Amino acid sequence: MANLFSSSIGRKLLMSITGLFLIVFLLVHLTLNSFLLLDGVLGFEEGQMFNAGAHFMATNPFIKIMEPMLAIGFLVHIMYSIGLTIQNIKARGAARYASGSKTDDVEWSSKNMFVLGIFVVSFLVVHLANFWVKMKITGDPLLHQEASFPFMGAEAHGENAYALVNTAFQNIAIVIIYVIGCIALSFHLSHGFWSAFQTIGWNNTVWLNRLQTISKVVAWFIGLGFCVIAIAQYLFF
Amino acid sequence: MKGKTLNLKLKVWRQKSATAQGKFETYEVSNISTEGSFLEMMDILNEQIISNGGDPVAFDHDCREGICGMCSLYINGHAHGPDEDITTCQLHMRKFTDGDTITIEPWRSAGFPVVKDLIVDRSAFDKILQAGGFVSVNTGGIPDGNAIPIPKEDADEAMDSASCIGCGACVASCKNGSAMLFVSAKVSQLALLPQGRVEAARRAKSMVAKMDELGFGNCTNTGACEVECPKNISITNIARLNREFLSAKLKD
Amino acid sequence: MATLDSKIPAGDIAQKWENYKAHQKLVNPANKRKLDVIVVGSGLAGGAAAASLGELGFNVKCFCYQDSPRRAHSIAAQGGINAAKNYPNDGDSVHRLFYDTVKGGDYRAREANVHRLAEVSNSIIDQCVAQGVPFAREYGGLLDNRSFGGAQVSRTFYAKGQTGQQLLLGAYGALNRQIAKGTVKMFNRNEMMDVVVIDGKARGIITRNLVTGEIESHFGHAVIIATGGYGNVYFLSTNAMGSNVSAAWKTYKKGAFFGNPCYVQIHPTCIPVHGEFQSKLTLMSESLRNDGRVWAPKKKEDAEAIRAGKKRPEDLSDDDRDFYLERRYPAFGNLVPRDVASRAAKERCDAGYGVEAGEAVYLDFKYAIQRLGKDVVEARYGNLFQMYEKITDDNPYQTPMKIYPAIHYTMGGIWVDYDLQTTIPGLFAAGEANFSDHGANRLGASALMQGLADGYFVLPYTVQNYLADELHTPRIDPAKSADFKKAADEVKGNINKLLSIKGKQSVDSFHKRLGKIMWDKVGMGRTKEGLTEAISEIQKLRVEFWKDVRIPGDANEMNVELEKANRVADFIELGELMARDALHREESCGGHFREEFQTEEGEAKRQDDKFLYVGAWEFKGIDQEPVLHKEALEFVYCELKQRNYK
Ligand SMILES: Cc1cc2nc3c(=O)[nH]c(=O)nc-3n(C[C@H](O)[C@H](O)[C@H](O)COP(=O)(O)OP(=O)(O)OC[C@H]3O[C@@H](n4cnc5c(N)ncnc54)[C@H](O)[C@@H]3O)c2cc1C
Ligand code: HEM
Ligand code: SF4
Ligand code: FES
Repeated sequence: MANLFSSSIGRKLLMSITGLFLIVFLLVHLTLNSFLLLDGVLGFEEGQMFNAGAHFMATNPFIKIMEPMLAIGFLVHIMYSIGLTIQNIKARGAARYASGSKTDDVEWSSKNMFVLGIFVVSFLVVHLANFWVKMKITGDPLLHQEASFPFMGAEAHGENAYALVNTAFQNIAIVIIYVIGCIALSFHLSHGFWSAFQTIGWNNTVWLNRLQTISKVVAWFIGLGFCVIAIAQYLFF
Repeated sequence: MKGKTLNLKLKVWRQKSATAQGKFETYEVSNISTEGSFLEMMDILNEQIISNGGDPVAFDHDCREGICGMCSLYINGHAHGPDEDITTCQLHMRKFTDGDTITIEPWRSAGFPVVKDLIVDRSAFDKILQAGGFVSVNTGGIPDGNAIPIPKEDADEAMDSASCIGCGACVASCKNGSAMLFVSAKVSQLALLPQGRVEAARRAKSMVAKMDELGFGNCTNTGACEVECPKNISITNIARLNREFLSAKLKD
Repeated sequence: MATLDSKIPAGDIAQKWENYKAHQKLVNPANKRKLDVIVVGSGLAGGAAAASLGELGFNVKCFCYQDSPRRAHSIAAQGGINAAKNYPNDGDSVHRLFYDTVKGGDYRAREANVHRLAEVSNSIIDQCVAQGVPFAREYGGLLDNRSFGGAQVSRTFYAKGQTGQQLLLGAYGALNRQIAKGTVKMFNRNEMMDVVVIDGKARGIITRNLVTGEIESHFGHAVIIATGGYGNVYFLSTNAMGSNVSAAWKTYKKGAFFGNPCYVQIHPTCIPVHGEFQSKLTLMSESLRNDGRVWAPKKKEDAEAIRAGKKRPEDLSDDDRDFYLERRYPAFGNLVPRDVASRAAKERCDAGYGVEAGEAVYLDFKYAIQRLGKDVVEARYGNLFQMYEKITDDNPYQTPMKIYPAIHYTMGGIWVDYDLQTTIPGLFAAGEANFSDHGANRLGASALMQGLADGYFVLPYTVQNYLADELHTPRIDPAKSADFKKAADEVKGNINKLLSIKGKQSVDSFHKRLGKIMWDKVGMGRTKEGLTEAISEIQKLRVEFWKDVRIPGDANEMNVELEKANRVADFIELGELMARDALHREESCGGHFREEFQTEEGEAKRQDDKFLYVGAWEFKGIDQEPVLHKEALEFVYCELKQRNYK
């Protein structure tokens, strides 16, 4: 293990593991968000399922532990991405090709991971400011609206997270930022997902194409999933 | 005889020495046969420059059949020019059309400083291989060549990895100036064969350490290397290198 | 220095090398570090020698003109390497490999050397496998073999169509290991300009740093020349652009004899010349003759129609095709030795049956594809087919390849004794640079074998034998040695002379003119008249070169034209010696075909009563005639016979 993380591949391993960890978080988050739309389908009152989910997230000890982990994951991912990107620019040297790069068949996103990452970050900031900060720190009048929902087989009362989210998504500006952020995320992941496996070393001639395809599916499932929810909230709820 | 002739404009990078300031110089060549090779066109250009009293363009080349890895050149946005799976010396003028402007540049990467005009210094590659790109056996006292059977598939795959010619196109076309394709080709070849397996862990660690030390960039799995590689070295070799390296490190 | 002592050890041929090794002098490990060895060349011969001597503990300096030792022209060898393993159980043995090589060389090689080569051939394969050379294998996991010209057994080991590359990368790996250990110091982009001889012994070399232009001096207790062949004297050849005779030539001018300079090999299957501006010729491996069939049109009208573009080769039925090798040599068919196949192609073309510009015949894979399927053919030759298509824009899966003979290999070279030592003590020569093992013609897949045999398994013994007596020779500091200074000054003087000519004609234009004289008059078919003309034409060319060559730039910088000029100046002198050697040798043997000496069927006719010797030339001054020394050849174990491949 000695000085693994001072090597290029070691640092990449950190990118890969944190990236995959963040993907898992995104999937959980997406599941929760999908509750925003599912009340009607499953015969609940509007907001009930989401509030129940949010309550679960807020009270479950496991999730409590994971929260700081998540923050660390983000931080490590971002810090190392800055370090690696700077190193790569240096390794590239000062001179650029006058005739540019005309290499075909190279994923656009793979060349722009850092820029895409910055889009994801800025979106994240907006996201955190709108929801997380209000829920966890400052509080918001909307949260105090009466909310009751089924929880663990009983009727429970808690914060009305749904009201907060639903109101935010009535703001077209927020929806647009949200959509842009999610699309950037999709691009980031359409390369990032298979790249993470490549970095860990889990790849070969047979799996290369498969993973690349799976990567696109996962990426757009996540990104578009978030988008659809936000847009539907804006249009129908 | 088949073939046509072309008149072309060439934008060529000229740089007197490693420390001198370089710039593009424009030349015109005419009646270039499409049956000729790109480097033969460069020969014609140089004859022309010499007869006009100028200093000919310096470029690396030797075998002129795509195997020594000496030729380089970044031509119109591509390492080794706009044709697939070949080196610059195998590029033929039939890939161009009359009236084209062709931009010819040296490999650009911090790891490969320019020596003169289109010639760069690739000695970093030698240094990486010196760090462990071999099997540590002395001459003589070796068991029979058939003592260890090797599955044909492994031998063939090792051969594919071993066909790297050390040209540096992978580094030259990588936006990160990474040498991972080159390093992974050697690590893979030797890791796939029982003879090389013995010291595979040590080899992966020391070659990667040397590569990092020499300032090559971090691979982001962009894959431009694989596309521009004249020998079709696959990036799955990079996955194997990662695997070899990480498992070696985890065992430390 | 009149007679040549080949120093062949006593005893039965199969025991000579064993005896040598048993009785040679050794240097103890502690003392090896005190001895410096210079190796010029990093190809199979030089790379293997430098690595092996480094492993033993000697202090080695290795030089090459490319930017990395890995780029030596050995890398270009495609087909394979021979060894007497007899894995296919088809009757091979050390003796048979020995015999085939002597016979293939048309009885102009030294039996003892060839036998040693055959003996060590098997160790080479083992060595390379251990280094991780990915030789082709069968499904059972064992090594695969293919057949090559001049043999009736399958003894050729190969790694796809890139055998030379893989063997060289193996040697380069071994070399890298020693470089990392510090036993070998590598000098890339350094060209040897002269050898330094002090008190009759080789003591070092003068080099030019090709990046800075600096002239540098290096001391060695022994110097090994492994700089490859001189085929580029013809301008167009299958050699690399930088392949040169200069290192070898400088030793010749310092007293080493040059052996059999006129023996050059013309390879039958190269891509034909396509234009004036052509810079080199590309070989299509001999292995292709395993499965390809060589033919020319049977009727002149067809050949004319094809040349005029009115017919395509595919249009000709089998009856209209003349498979002339199968017709003339039914026993060996398409796999006759190279000299025979080349002359047969020339014969057809001279008679008016050639295609393309009249100088090409066909190598057809239609039959192999029918027999084996396209996949098998692709697996065997895919990379060669791709190479052919990139150059010619023709698809060999659909239309036959066009081929024509081209200069490929030089059997001649610096004369060496059994120890691979030249006539200058302490100066050794190995690989294609020496004259030793192939006589007047080399069989396919034998050069790689010879290069590695010399480097891995011969020089480490014989150089050590020499060095054992050098222990008490102190290292010479070139900066303080008058001899080194004199040699360096000569080199600088020569460079300044070249640069001061400031004439009108480019180096390449001289090289091309030399090449044309050589190809026309010292090429595939030679005559007394032509050779005499060649000598005087080359002499005139030399005078003109030294009056009118134009070399831009300076001495103290990277100067490619200057590099070329240095090499071409030596080629011009060599060309003259080759013509002289060819003129004096009034017989045909192997690659040397004097039209006056042929059988009724057009085969080479040796004159064993007069020419059963190695011709070794001694330099006497630039405008002086060189002196010929003869090393008589004795054939005890191979019966002298007219070669017969029918
Ligand atoms: C296209 C082609 C295909 C071939 N295929 C086969 C085959 O299938 N089987 C086979 O057995 N043989 C084959 N041969 C022949 C064989 O490859 C060569 O004879 C052999 O590799 C020569 O090895 P070498 O070590 O003597 O010289 P090379 O490999 O030519 O090495 C010469 C070395 O000397 C250095 N050098 C040269 N001049 C100087 C100088 N002045 N100063 C400093 N350094 C110098 C060079 O840098 C280089 O390192 C082929 C040859 C060619 C050209
Ligand atoms: C939810 C958010 C994110 C997820 C799920 C995610 C996921 C990933 C994944 C899986 C990878 C591939 C790792 C590899 O190649 O081994 C990756 C790479 C990368 N990420 Fe992220 N990422 C996120 C946010 C960010 C942010 C905020 C940034 C930075 C500003 C960023 C910058 C990068 C960069 C530069 C790379 C390429 C690094 C490399 O390959 O060396 N990412 N990401
Ligand atoms: S991996 Fe490909 S591009 Fe890179 S050095 Fe090897 S052959 Fe050249
Ligand atoms: S010159 Fe040798 S690969 Fe191009």
